Amino acid sequence: MLQGMPSQGYYTRKGGEGVLSGSTLMTGNLAAAWGARLAGVDYVPAYPITPQTEIIETIAKWVRLGQMKGKLVQMDSEHSMLTAAGSASLSGARVFTATSSQGLLYGLEMLYNISGWRAPILLVNVSRGLAAPITLEPDHNDVLAARDSGFLQFHAETCQEVLDLILLGYRVAEDRSVLLPAIVNLDGFYLSFTREKVELPKMDTVSTFLPEYDPPAPLRATKPVSHGATVLSGNLYSYFRYRMHAASLEASEVFRKASAEYGGLFGREYEATEGYMLQDAEYVIVMSNSFTTIGKQVVAKLRERGVAAGLLKLRMLRPFPFDDVAKSLAGRRAVAVFDQNLSPGFGGILYPEILASLYHKKNRPQFVLPVVGGLGGKQLTVQELERVFESLRNGPPTFPDRPDPMYLMREDEFDRAKRNIAIASGGG
Amino acid sequence: MTVEQQTRFRTLKDIPTPDYMSPGGSLCAGCGGLLAVRLFHKVLGPNLVWVNAAGCLTVMVNYPYVPLKSNWLYTAFASAPAGAQGVRDAFDILIQKGKIPAEEDVKVVVLTGDGGAYDIGLQSTSGAMYRNLDFYYLCYDNQAYGNTGFQVSSATPIGSATATTPPTPSEPGGNMFKRKDLFEIWRAHKPPYIATLSSSFAVDFLRKVEKGSKMKGPKLFISLAGCPTGWGYDPRETIREEKLAVDTGIWPLKEAVNGEVKHTYLPRALKPVEEYLSTQARYEHLFRPTKRTEVIRMIQNDVNNYWKMVSKDENVEIRLVGE
Ligand code: SF4
Repeated sequence: MLQGMPSQGYYTRKGGEGVLSGSTLMTGNLAAAWGARLAGVDYVPAYPITPQTEIIETIAKWVRLGQMKGKLVQMDSEHSMLTAAGSASLSGARVFTATSSQGLLYGLEMLYNISGWRAPILLVNVSRGLAAPITLEPDHNDVLAARDSGFLQFHAETCQEVLDLILLGYRVAEDRSVLLPAIVNLDGFYLSFTREKVELPKMDTVSTFLPEYDPPAPLRATKPVSHGATVLSGNLYSYFRYRMHAASLEASEVFRKASAEYGGLFGREYEATEGYMLQDAEYVIVMSNSFTTIGKQVVAKLRERGVAAGLLKLRMLRPFPFDDVAKSLAGRRAVAVFDQNLSPGFGGILYPEILASLYHKKNRPQFVLPVVGGLGGKQLTVQELERVFESLRNGPPTFPDRPDPMYLMREDEFDRAKRNIAIASGGG
Repeated sequence: MTVEQQTRFRTLKDIPTPDYMSPGGSLCAGCGGLLAVRLFHKVLGPNLVWVNAAGCLTVMVNYPYVPLKSNWLYTAFASAPAGAQGVRDAFDILIQKGKIPAEEDVKVVVLTGDGGAYDIGLQSTSGAMYRNLDFYYLCYDNQAYGNTGFQVSSATPIGSATATTPPTPSEPGGNMFKRKDLFEIWRAHKPPYIATLSSSFAVDFLRKVEKGSKMKGPKLFISLAGCPTGWGYDPRETIREEKLAVDTGIWPLKEAVNGEVKHTYLPRALKPVEEYLSTQARYEHLFRPTKRTEVIRMIQNDVNNYWKMVSKDENVEIRLVGE
C-alpha cells in the first residue's frame, strides 16, 4: 500500500461487532476484504503489493481481532502464495487471496496449476500496469495475462460489485459442475482507493446463499487421493483440458442462476454483461471495469444531444459471454471496443473476442472500431470518448477495409510526454 | 535415555515390513531416490501427503497408476514447501473449526530433488522454515537435474561431468563449482531437526526420520540418491555406490538437533575418494585418457579438510587419506 493511503479497519455498530446490513462508504479494497469476510473464508495466504495491500492488511487485522475465523499467513512470494492457496483448497478450505500486476505474473505458473487441480479459490486482482517502465496505476494487461489460465474472470466497475462478485464468484467456482478458481478484478486507484456506498449483506443470509465448501476429493488420511498427477499422453491431457473448458462454459448458466438467487436475497442481480442505454442504440461502446463509469457519462450526454449512443459493459470475461455480447451488439450500426490493455504488434486484446461473438450474425454491425486507451491509468476524458463516438458515426473512411485502430492520447498529453523525454535526454 | 531406548530401529531386521508403495513404477531401475522415499514412508506410515516438486519422482505418479497408499500432490518446481504450508494450515484450521475430524489429519512431506532443493525452490524452503512450518522435507539428492537428462545443479560435486558441463579440452574437469552446503544453509534457519541420509545405512536412515518425527516444526532431510542413469554405473550397484560415498567421507552422515551438529557415522579411516570416483562414468574424464591428478587431489583435499574439522569438533580420530 502506498504511504498515507487510508486503511479502513473494521466497523462496529449497534449490535456490537456484527456485520452491517446497511450501507456504508468504503474503498474497493475494503469491499474486497468484506467479501472475503462475509464468505467466511478459512484461509488467506498473502503477499504485499501495491495497490492491493490494503485488502490483506484489513483481513490480517480482522483475523487478529478474532472478527474473522480463519488464518492469514504472509508468504515469501506470490508464487508461494498461490501454491499455498491451491493446496489449502485441495485440503478442503475456502481460500481467498489477492494480488496485483507483477505479483499476478510472478504467480502465473500456479494459476494454471490451481485451475488444473480444479481448486475453486477466489483471487482478487487489483489491476495495475506491468513493468517496464514500472508504474502503479491500472490497466488490464495484468489480469488479461491470466485470461487463458482456466480461472473464471469477473470484472467490477463499482465497490458494490467487488463485494457482490466475490460472493457470487465463490458460489459459481465451488459449484460441482464448475469447480474452477475465479478472479475478481478491480482497478487499482480508480476503484481500490475510491470510496463508494456499499451495502453489506447480512452474514446469516450470505451463509444460506453460500454454504460451506464441500470439496469432492480432498486430501485425507482415511481416503488418500492424488492431485496433479503426470499424464504422459496428449490424449489424456486433451481430455482433461476439454473437461476444464466445458466446466468453464457451464459456469455461465451457474452464474445466471446464482445471480437470480442473489438478487432475490440481496436485491442486486447481475448479468454477464450490462447494457447501458442500449435500447435503440445505434452506436455502442464496449467497456469494462471502472472506466465504464466515464463511458456511461458520455453516453448519457450524447443521448441528451439526440445521438443514439449506448454502452455494453463486460462483467464476466471467462467464460466469455458470446451470446450476451452478440445479442447486445447485433443490429447496431457501429461498435467501438475500448481495450485498456495492449498486445504490442496486435492491438487490444478483447477486440477479437468481440468480433468472434459477432462474425456469424447476419445483422452484425457495419464496423467494429478498435480503441486502445487508459494504459497505466492514463486519464480517459469525456472528450476522447466523444471522439470515439464521432468516428463511429462517420463510419470507416475506407470501408470495407479494416478500420484504423484508435490509440487514445491527447495532444497536450503527447506534448507533455515529449517534454519529459527531452528532460531525460538532458535537454529541456 | 540411550539411543536403544529411544528407537524402534536397531538392526536391518527392524525395517518395517509394511510397504506403502507398490512395485513396478516407471522410474529407472536402481533409482536411489525411490529407495529413499520407500524407507522414509515406512517410518512415517500411510497417513501423509507427499507434496512434490518437479523432478524424477514426479513421474512416479503416472495417471491412472498411483503407486502410493498415501496422498499425493504435485505442485510446481519452485514451491512445494509453500504447497506444504497450504495443506498444513488448511488441516489445522479445518480441524480447529470442527469441519473435519482429527483422525483425518496427515503428516505433510515435501518431496523434492536437488534442483528443487538447492536451486529453484530454495526461497520457498527458506520461507517455510522461517514460518516454523510443522512439516517434513525430503530431498533426494542425485546431484544434478536427473529428470531432464542430468544437467549441472548447485548440488553437483566438483569434477562431475554433466550434460551441461561436458569435459572438453578447454575445460577438462567437467563441473568446476563446489556444491552448495545445503545442510548449513538450512541450519542457519534454526529448524529443530536436520539430517543427511543414505539408504546404504538404512538403520541410521530410519532412526533419523523417527527422531525427526518426534519434533514439531520443520524437519529436513537430504538423502544421497544413487543415480545409475546419471552417474553411470550398473543399477544393481546403487547401495554399494552410496556406501562408498559414505566410506570415502564424501557423503557424511550427520544430524543437527536444534542446530547442534553431530555425525552419526564416523569412519575410522577414510577410503580414498578415487575408489568411489573411478566407479562412475560421470568421473571417467578424471581417469581417461589421462589421469587428472590435480582434480582428484582437490576432491580428496576437500574431503580431508572436512573431516579434520569434524575430528576437532567432535573430538574423534579419523585417519585421512594421503596425509
Ligand atoms: S535419473 Fe537417476 S534419480 Fe532420476 S529416476 Fe533415474 S536413477 Fe532415479
